[in-house]
Amino acid sequence: MKLLVNGREAYAYAGGKPFDPTLPCVVFIHGAMHDHSGWTLLARWCAHHGFGVLAVNQPGHGRSAGPPLPSVEALADWTLALMSAAGVQQATLVGHSMGTLIALEAAARAPERVARLVLLGTAYPMKVSDALLSTAREAPLRAIDMVNALSISTSASKPSYPGPGMWVHGSNRALMRNQQSLSGEWNLFEHDFRVCDAYAGGAAAMAKVTCPTTLITGKRDQMTPPKATTELAAALKARVIWVPAGHLMPAEAPDAVLAGLRGALGV
Amino acid sequence: MAGPATFEHAMSGYSDPGFDTLALHAGAAPDPATGARAVPIHLSTSFVFENSEHAASLFNMERSGHVYSRISNPTNAVLEERVAALEGGSGAIAVASGQAALHLAVATLAGAGSHIVASSALYGGSHNLLHYTLKRFGIDTTFVKPSDIDGWRAAIRTNTRLLFGETLGNPGLDVLDIPAVSAIAHDAGLPLLVDGTFTTPWLMKPFDHGADLIFHSATKFLSGHGTVIGGVLVDSGRFDWDWSGRFPELSEPYAGFHGMVFSEESSVGGFLLRARREGLRDFGACMSPHTAWLILQGIETLPLRMARHVDNTRKVVAFLAAHPMVDSVGYPELDGHPSQALARKLLPRGCGSVFSFNLKGTRKQGQALIESLKIFSHLANVGDCRSLVIHPASTTHFRMDDAALAQAGITAGTIRLSIGLEDADDLIDDLKRALKTAERAQ
Repeated sequence: MKLLVNGREAYAYAGGKPFDPTLPCVVFIHGAMHDHSGWTLLARWCAHHGFGVLAVNQPGHGRSAGPPLPSVEALADWTLALMSAAGVQQATLVGHSMGTLIALEAAARAPERVARLVLLGTAYPMKVSDALLSTAREAPLRAIDMVNALSISTSASKPSYPGPGMWVHGSNRALMRNQQSLSGEWNLFEHDFRVCDAYAGGAAAMAKVTCPTTLITGKRDQMTPPKATTELAAALKARVIWVPAGHLMPAEAPDAVLAGLRGALGV
Repeated sequence: MAGPATFEHAMSGYSDPGFDTLALHAGAAPDPATGARAVPIHLSTSFVFENSEHAASLFNMERSGHVYSRISNPTNAVLEERVAALEGGSGAIAVASGQAALHLAVATLAGAGSHIVASSALYGGSHNLLHYTLKRFGIDTTFVKPSDIDGWRAAIRTNTRLLFGETLGNPGLDVLDIPAVSAIAHDAGLPLLVDGTFTTPWLMKPFDHGADLIFHSATKFLSGHGTVIGGVLVDSGRFDWDWSGRFPELSEPYAGFHGMVFSEESSVGGFLLRARREGLRDFGACMSPHTAWLILQGIETLPLRMARHVDNTRKVVAFLAAHPMVDSVGYPELDGHPSQALARKLLPRGCGSVFSFNLKGTRKQGQALIESLKIFSHLANVGDCRSLVIHPASTTHFRMDDAALAQAGITAGTIRLSIGLEDADDLIDDLKRALKTAERAQ
């Protein structure tokens, strides 16, 4: 569905059903270089089990108009504005990777509007290596390959995502390359990873979070390693669910992530 | 909070595994139920649901998984992922044959009233499908010489849905200028489909040069042993179906599957979702899991075999090119071949092991040559580990009239070889003896 957020066209996938703002809402927030399509199985499940779903495309990503926003804080405000545009007062925020920082910051800025946080593959601070940032600037396609290789922990993700026959390495690389080429004048890869690297408000945000929080963590995650989760869990008083996957866990282990999400949602 | 390193681990050494590793491992892991290291053959028509809710969620694409082996199967899925990995694609669909793969691609993107622009240098079966059979279903094709770049552009109409050619044209081995033809396709908002059967991803990855879809007759080099018939259709995940505006099949709701908008459902897999959820479901040209397993066995040694195929071929080509009974040899690495420059650019590892040569002499001498070969088998296939020979004018291309044959670069004296993995010296000796017999048969 298309929405107007802060005067610009924005897109959110509604899970294969018309969006109903009267239902309990789940907002899915993607990570760097991604779009809504990393959430479609989870989003469809939620939409067909009593939830209203908004799997957003952040500005400058997928089907949402650019430019990309410059900070986690700006993206958090944009997410809350998108909820308002959709007629949603309160929602569960489900974030992946960079999306977890946005969800966290939104929950700190408007605690009354966030019913739950579900954070997949998170860490704070989310520092990015100089090697990756410089490669992102000079050779973004090479940087995409680096992140792709680090994000996926196996060459046999079963039952594959979003369906049998998809090669998760290849589809994730194609998605990031498409995002990069669609972003035109912006080097979206460098932009997104600098946004992660620059975010300094996490500790303050965590202190303001009042809602129940669940962390879903890949046992083989090399991008946001399990040690990061352990520290965050203590700060957020969060429940931790471990899944047999790397950083790209919604694609690598969709059933395990769904089970974790259902646990977080209490259904 | 003094947090741990996160994306800091991203160093320049990280990348996906190399080709030979992917050929062995992509899509497969030890079986979690049994520990079996090799890929199990899942000869089961269907798969048990955990409960009613699980069943419904599989049918509604809320979960990924297998329901019925016409639509997907765990063994086939390994093959699909492996070929996609080797091609650098987003995913793949295994089907009953290469012909079924071509048909699935066309049927997913085109319908009555649609138009295709295709190379004139095609495998005879592909030519039949496009020139005769699809016409009966309202899909017209304009054939252009693969090297006629302006011809590709000029042939595009408002109802064109697809450009199609072979990496190495059949039988003259015209190298398709994929960068140029794909640029023309993309300027018109169209995808380029490439038949990569003759080259396999070991010799060329068409997606790296701009192609959007690839299919293989896996019967040939991917399987490599002449045992099974199969096809694989691969998507790059890079074509923007929404932007094109020519493919409502992918960018608008499909009443036949939950009103799904496939390009919305998957930003990189919309084509394959529709092809599986419609074409494989409704036309039903699925692959047997046993066939998938045999093709996987072949792919495990694809890098080793292709290197040997090319090595042997170069030796045989050199022998034939110097033989007084041979008028010409059509191998793109040779001086004088019209695709030599393109071959150097797009096929640096070699131009495969299927090629044709023209014999000096009569049709009778050609028959004598074929019938006196001992190691080469006279049959209608290519890409076997054994060496093969055929006379295209009387077999694979016999439905073509003389004009069409000439346009495809075939004469009555054209003989096609598929060089196998035998000792190259034995192959050359076999040809030497047969050429001598042919010389005496005038």
